[in-house]
Amino acid sequence: MNTIVLLTLTGLGLAALYFLVASGLSLVFGLADVLNFAHGLFLGVGAYGTWWAAGNLPGAGGEGLGFVFAVAFGVAAGTAVAVLVELVLIRSLYSRTIEQVLVTVGLSLAGVALLQATWGADARPFPRPQWTRQVTGVLGAQVPNGGLLLIVAAAVVLGALLAFLRWTRYGLIIRAGVENREMVTALGIDVRKAFTLVFAIGGAAAALAGALGGVYFGTVSPGQGGSLLIFAFIVVVIGGMGSVVGSAYAAVAVGLLQQFVNYYGASGVGDLCVVALLAVVLLLRPQGIAGKVAHA
Amino acid sequence: MTDSMVEAPPARVPDELTPHRRGWHGLRPYLPLVALAVAAVLPYSTLELPGVFEGPLNSPGTLQLLAVCLVFGGLAAGYDLLFGRTGMLSFGHALYFAAGVYGTDILVTRAGLPLWQAALLTVTGGTVLAGLLGAVALRTAGIAFAMVTLAFAQVGAILVARDFGGLTGGEEGLPLDVSGLPAGLVGVANTVNLYWLALAYLALVVLVVHRVSGSPTGRVLAGLRDDERRIGVLGLDPYRFKLVAFTLAGGLAAGGGVVYCLIVGGASPHVTSSELTLSLLVMVVLGGPGTRWGPVLGGVGYMYLDHRLTAFGSSDAVESLPAFLSRPLSQPLFVLGTVFILAVYFFPGGLASLRTRLGPLTRHLPARRTP
Repeated sequence: MNTIVLLTLTGLGLAALYFLVASGLSLVFGLADVLNFAHGLFLGVGAYGTWWAAGNLPGAGGEGLGFVFAVAFGVAAGTAVAVLVELVLIRSLYSRTIEQVLVTVGLSLAGVALLQATWGADARPFPRPQWTRQVTGVLGAQVPNGGLLLIVAAAVVLGALLAFLRWTRYGLIIRAGVENREMVTALGIDVRKAFTLVFAIGGAAAALAGALGGVYFGTVSPGQGGSLLIFAFIVVVIGGMGSVVGSAYAAVAVGLLQQFVNYYGASGVGDLCVVALLAVVLLLRPQGIAGKVAHA
Repeated sequence: MTDSMVEAPPARVPDELTPHRRGWHGLRPYLPLVALAVAAVLPYSTLELPGVFEGPLNSPGTLQLLAVCLVFGGLAAGYDLLFGRTGMLSFGHALYFAAGVYGTDILVTRAGLPLWQAALLTVTGGTVLAGLLGAVALRTAGIAFAMVTLAFAQVGAILVARDFGGLTGGEEGLPLDVSGLPAGLVGVANTVNLYWLALAYLALVVLVVHRVSGSPTGRVLAGLRDDERRIGVLGLDPYRFKLVAFTLAGGLAAGGGVVYCLIVGGASPHVTSSELTLSLLVMVVLGGPGTRWGPVLGGVGYMYLDHRLTAFGSSDAVESLPAFLSRPLSQPLFVLGTVFILAVYFFPGGLASLRTRLGPLTRHLPARRTP
């Protein structure tokens, strides 16, 4: 029982990480049709931004309010990079989807290389507040606080995103744009502003995932974003492109499956099961759990 | 070698651009053969190209670098069958290449099979694998297809990294056991044979890709790239044709893996990385997707730059620069990624479009006007 509770909660922690990365990816994909390979870079910027701020920025640090400040700095840096990428690189290739994807591919290669050039290829120890290293007893299981923090953060982000999409004017435009971009444009609404906004939201969520992922894993390295990104892609496909709720369901499914199979089976088998799940979902329901039918 | 490849003609120059070069025009179909012949006799040359290569052309180091470049030229040409000619954006091509590398290595080193059997089994296995996974992945299209192929390729990376059953050597990689190999492919002195093998692979891929794209199937593939619905309306099944292209490209990549395994003498987990597929995409786009020689040039050029930039990055000239310049420049991927982004913006046709782009310019040069 204890093991099951522990596995469930650590699995949910992982799911939270996937959700934070996948939600932005899914929105960007749904709205702009761009498979954003540079999304892992936003995560890396968030992680390194937090790490750098905790060590160098006055007022920021590894504990308490200082850590919140460091994370805020990391998230701001990730958001800024995301907005910059959209304005400078993506926007000028409006409606040329393949070129947009290609640019993000180049960016992911160059960006990770740049992180590596600046801070080295090796993993760096991440500043973790003392209490995130401790464990909390939940139903008899000793759960690391870092994972709980991630779950809470992801739940807050999910709630905020849904509220934003549901009740604001821009949320309405984004929802409509994901459904049918041409129609929204034909109605005289400038979808491009929504693009920038979605990139900013996605960048912020990914950067938060980077910062909290640093707490969860204890280290930060240039390649971290890339390896998380692939599972985030899987989550997006399973959840259905453009659906935030679908991403949340899929993230939970993927995170739990991975954690349980990795524990009860051999390590690494869980990762394989995730891809098998993807294959099954595709065979039964190519449009994903909550998505519309994918079109070319 | 690289020089002679650069001389090879680009895809197609409209006839009206070259009315005064009839004699030259008649020779053009034979230029690839000439380039092939030049490439084949290259190892007999002791030419020194300071700055271009470390040693003379026939030194083992240079030949190995050239062989790797040639294999990637072939890989890029095979990948272009998907991306440039059929319009399929696969992000999992590294899987079939890695299947070729690890398949050969495991069958030779662990199972002790003779090389030809291992190679045959590996290429067959890689083709079947591509067929099976393609059948599932092609249920999606466009960007979703890209994500799904990427996910499948990730399985390969996980399998290799986790070292199931101690087969792959995990992070360490698996050196090729050379005791069972033909003597002509073993040892530094025989690097030239590996070079020829790589050249043969490249020639084979180019031949297959051109044969396929010139055939009725190739026209359907081009039609799929331009407008898939139209092909459907014509009563042809897009799924089947895409699967054929996917399977064929997978088989070609597995073949490249076999050759690569022999050249570098083993397998390392790096060949399973998604970065490798992304590199293939970069090669094709830099060279010119869907063109006759663009992907080959892109592949050869990219690998050459990748190797040379590493040397360049650690050279004194770069070391003496201020840190904010020297550090990024010491990362080949930073330079290549940046070049790639610039190319997407300012150079959409890639290298192969160079001739047509310079066409208007050369027509205005008075010296060229005289027949």
